[in-house]
Order: sequence, then C-alpha cells, then structure tokens
Amino acid sequence: MKKQSSMLLAAAMLLSLTACASSGAKSESTASEKAAGGSAKWKIGAEGPLSGGAAVYGNAVANGAELAVKEINEKGGINGYQIEFKKADDEHDQEKAVNAFNSLKDWGMQVLVGPTTSAPTIAVGSEAEADNLFVLTPTGSAVECTAPKNVFRVCFSDPAQGTKSAQYIGEHKLGKKVGVLYDSSDVYSSGIRDAFVEEAKKQGIELTEDQQFTADSNKDFSTQLQKLRDAGADLVFLPFYYTEAALVLKQANTMGYKPIFFGCDGMDGLLDVENFDSSLAEGLMLLTPYSADAEDERTKNFVKSYEAQYGDTPIQFAADAYDAVYAIKAAAEKEDLKPSLSVSEIGDGLEKGMTEIQLDGLTGSGMRWSAEGDVDKEPKAVRVENGSYVSAE
Amino acid sequence: MMSFFSYLLNGISLGAVYAIIALGYTMVYGIAKMLNFAHGDILMLGAYTAFIAFNSLGLPIPASALLAVIVCTLTGILTERIAYKPLRGANSLAVLITAIGVSYLLQNLALLIFGANPKSFQSFIPIKPLHLAGGALTIPGETIATILTGLIVAAGLLLFVHRTKAGQAMLAVSEDKGAATLMGVNVNATIAMTFAIGSALAAVAGILLCSAYPSLTPTTGAMPGIKAFVAAVLGGIGSIPGAFLGGVILGILENLSKAYISSKLSDAIVFSVLILVLLVKPSGILGKKITEKV
Repeated sequence: MKKQSSMLLAAAMLLSLTACASSGAKSESTASEKAAGGSAKWKIGAEGPLSGGAAVYGNAVANGAELAVKEINEKGGINGYQIEFKKADDEHDQEKAVNAFNSLKDWGMQVLVGPTTSAPTIAVGSEAEADNLFVLTPTGSAVECTAPKNVFRVCFSDPAQGTKSAQYIGEHKLGKKVGVLYDSSDVYSSGIRDAFVEEAKKQGIELTEDQQFTADSNKDFSTQLQKLRDAGADLVFLPFYYTEAALVLKQANTMGYKPIFFGCDGMDGLLDVENFDSSLAEGLMLLTPYSADAEDERTKNFVKSYEAQYGDTPIQFAADAYDAVYAIKAAAEKEDLKPSLSVSEIGDGLEKGMTEIQLDGLTGSGMRWSAEGDVDKEPKAVRVENGSYVSAE
Repeated sequence: MMSFFSYLLNGISLGAVYAIIALGYTMVYGIAKMLNFAHGDILMLGAYTAFIAFNSLGLPIPASALLAVIVCTLTGILTERIAYKPLRGANSLAVLITAIGVSYLLQNLALLIFGANPKSFQSFIPIKPLHLAGGALTIPGETIATILTGLIVAAGLLLFVHRTKAGQAMLAVSEDKGAATLMGVNVNATIAMTFAIGSALAAVAGILLCSAYPSLTPTTGAMPGIKAFVAAVLGGIGSIPGAFLGGVILGILENLSKAYISSKLSDAIVFSVLILVLLVKPSGILGKKITEKV
C-alpha cells in the first residue's frame, strides 16, 4: 500500500515536471508568436465581493472594470495588445480574498484591479508583494491598504476624505455648531471621523456632539439625533454608507430636525435606492469625487454604456474601477510595457509609470499618484436639490 | 426632563418592534422546543413580498400585507416539513444548526432574487405622527401601530392557546410529545400549525419593522431577529406576555444607555443587563420554573 502510494506520488511528480516543461515551451512559443506580430494578451483580474452582504460594491467594481476593458479592446488594447479579463469573488472575507487571488494567479493574471473592500485589500496586498504583482485597488480606502510598494489606489484614503470634508465645511462656514454621527464598528467610518475631528479643530469649527452607532444597532438613530438636536448642531457630518443614511434622514424628518446633513463618498447611491423618497434628502451635501448625474461628456458616456450593459446606475465603486483600468493603460504605455514581460517586470514598470502619469478620469481630472500609492485629486461638493445632485460651488 | 421622555419614547418605539418579533420566536420555542433562528429571515421574506406586492404589482396595502402573510406561512410550513421534521428525534443541537443553515439559505436566496441594493420600504401605516409638548416629543404612527398590533397579537395568542381545541393540543405537545400522541393529538400537524402561526406573525413583524425602519436588504431580519431572541429570553422564553415585556424593556434599555452612558457601549450594557437578570432569575422575568408553555 505504502509502496503503491509512493509510486503514485513519483508518477505525479513526473507528470508535473513535464507539465512545467510544456508550459514553459508554450510561453516561449507565445513570445515568438508575438514577436511575429502575434497574439500575446494582457491578463487583468478583478476581485471583490460578488456575493454576500457587500455584493453591491464588488459587482460594481467588476462591471466598471469589465466595461473599461471592453472599450480599450475595441480601441486597440493597451500598447497594442488586447486584454483578457477575469473576475473572482472574495465575499468580503480575508481568507477567501487570498484564495480568489491565488486562483486568478493560476489563470495567469499579470495585474489585479481590486480587491474592492479594505480588509481583503490588506490581505491580498501582502500576498501579492511576494510576487511583485501590481495591485491597483479601486476602492480599498483604509490607510494600510497601500502599505506594500506594489499596491496603489484610485479612491481617497479614509483620513483624506475626513480632512477634505472639514476643510470644505470650515472654508465655506457651513455650520456654527457641528455634530458627528458615525459607525464606530467600521474602519471606513471611524477613520474618516478621526481625521475630520482633527482637521475641524485646526479649522476652528465648534464641534458639539460626537455620536456613535455600531453595525449591530444600525436601525434606530432617534436617540443620537435627539442628542444632536439638543446640543444645537446645525450641521451633522455623516461619514457612512447610504443604507444607514436613508434611515437617519427619515428619522430626523419624523422628529422635525433639519440641520445640514453632510456626507462622504459612501453617501453616493442614496438617490438610487429603489423607492427612496428623495424629498428626505433635500439639502443634503456630500463631498464625492464622482457623481452619476455629472454633466461632463465623459461621465455621461460612461453612465450611458454602463446602464445599457448592466441595467443599473453606476455607483462610485464602478467609476473607480473604470478609472483603475485606464490608469493601468496609461502607466503601461508610458513605460512601453508588453504582456510578454514577467509579472515582476510588469510590476516594476507600473509602479514607476503610475507616479509619472496624469490621468483625467471619472473620479477626478489631473489625478496624480505618489510613490506610496496614494492619489491626489480634488473632490467635488454636491448638494441635493429637487431630487438630484447639483454642484454646490 | 423633556428629553428623558423623548428617549423613553424612542426606546418604546424600538422595543415594540423587538416585542412583535419576539412573539413569533417564543411561540415556536414554546411548542416545538426549538430555536428557529430563521425567524428573522422569514420576516425579511415577508417584507420583500409586501414590498413587491405594493410597488411592483400595485396591490392595495391590505392585500399586500395578506399576500406577505400567505407567502411566509407557506415558507414556514415548507421549511418545517423539509428541514426540521426529519430531525424530530435528533438532539436539539442538530436542529439548531439546521435552523442556522436555513437562515443563511433564505438570506442568500433573497440576495440572488432581489439583489444586494437596499430598497426603501414605503410605510404601510397610515397613522400620522403625534406631536406632543409643542413638538419636543414625537410619537411616530408606526410605533402606535406596532404597540397596538403587539397587544392584539399577544391577547389573541393567549386566547387561542387556552380557549381552542387546537391551542389545547399545542399545550399538550409542549408538555409531553409522547403522551400527547397517546391521547390522540396529531403531533406533526400541531407543530406544523405552530410554524404556520409563527411565520404569519413574522410577516406582520416584517411589515411593521420595515415601516418603522424603511431600509430593506436581504440581511434586514438578521440582527433584529437576534435582538428579539434576546428579548424573548429576557422576558422568559415560551411566555407570551414575557416576550412582549422583554422586547419593550430591551428597547428602552438600549436607548437610555445610548442617551446617558455611551452610544458606543449601548449593546454591551444591554447584554450585561441580560446576563445579570438571568443570573438572578434563570428562566427570565416572567418565566416560571415549570412554565405553562405559551
């Protein structure tokens, strides 16, 4: 029995050896094919929660990236080479994220657009660092996401959003007394809140009430709102996602409490909630790098083709992923990279290229990246009027 | 002082919702002796049914609510038949794990069918909010409706259990399944009926929950379901008035600790109180040692 199994093992090893050899031969042949004007292709993977509670974000990222890949392929690809695209589901779970990453690697992925959410991005980032595989997360906003040198991001980091919001509120003197309500169980929300509070002090903004909720009690906010009202807050900063924000607005309305509500990019999508009474959001302000209702040509085209393809209005996550693919294209063309290079060579090239390009995208014009992987762009302030966004400038 | 009353009112509003969910929990536990962790998800299914009936099919409110009740009742009977009945003789842990499985199944089915995007539930309650003391106190119409419905349901259940033949059969099954069978009670039919009633209550609770807190997602029922379970335990699981009381107390505790101690720690405080109560009175506030079940 023992002998048999060792024989089997030996046979398996032999087989894998030949498999290695043949795959080596194959890559050589593709290289020569390409030299002859051939058919080498970029292999770009995307990763995010395609199922589970955060599916709305993962699917937006996968769709946004896929749409960009399609457009680029129609216009001749990256540096003259077509792109193959594949998406993988990580269910917003760190372990599954690494599994999904490995299966994409087995497929031959050279560049990753993803993961979508912060915790998986941190897990995958350190995994990818070993191979120097280039990772561009569209939406992983926690500070730690871009710690490995091969990870860049398209969205703002959490603190950057908090700081920008406090600056905007301070410069425009929007509120005399400012209150904060945030999700203390969520990194995104508390990250923004911490930076907001810090910058608000520098701006001389008077902070009155600092109220929290957690993911386990995210239905009833009436007590927190009551405290904010009693403290006389005339502007309330809401750094969290629109699912909860819809409830906050409804409850404030029932109470008759009408401060200026001010949100971040997680608030985008509120007006697209099916059956949402948009009069509740009247006067709501948010600082976001992207809005689906923007009037510029680029956004209009994107929204039109996205809706035609997926039957949904694209949220910011989709726009970030779309920009991510174009950023990769720009950086690869700047460095004159080819798909025949090794994963690590492509990684080196893109890491250098990203810091040299300047990109006009959906989520900002003139976007530039630092060597740390963070983006520099200006968010736009928008206000809800008559059920749609208008520029607040 | 005024703000104290308003915190209290907020607590009662939230507690009323817990109470009505807890009634369904306690009903099923009292008779079938199992924790139906899928209760919160049947509730979610009810809310989605009502949402679609009202917004997509354009049915009037009473018809939409009725449809939700029917769909939930059928789902309740079906899950009992498929998932729980084969385990009738198995130990309670196996049943518990199955219930958790059913809960995930329903959540993910909803995710597949309805998608992850939240839907804004239109309130089914036509009652206008009551403004007292010059607008400082507000009682939402949904709260009034939820408390009234909760009281009616609790009274109805008590009457049903004690005054009807089917109710007596339920009591008999909850006391001793074997003896009930010997006395000619159809145990399987009785338990199926319990699930039918529990699930119908879940539909009502789902509509009330989403009317008060109008954000509907596939996980809408999960957390309120667990809190309602806690409420049922606090009040004494198996006891109908206990479930109602437990729910209201839980809601008030949650909001007062948010208001006066810390909004970050409110859950920790609520659950510490639960532990304290159970230390002093292990069967819950209204639970008796040998409980007269349901």
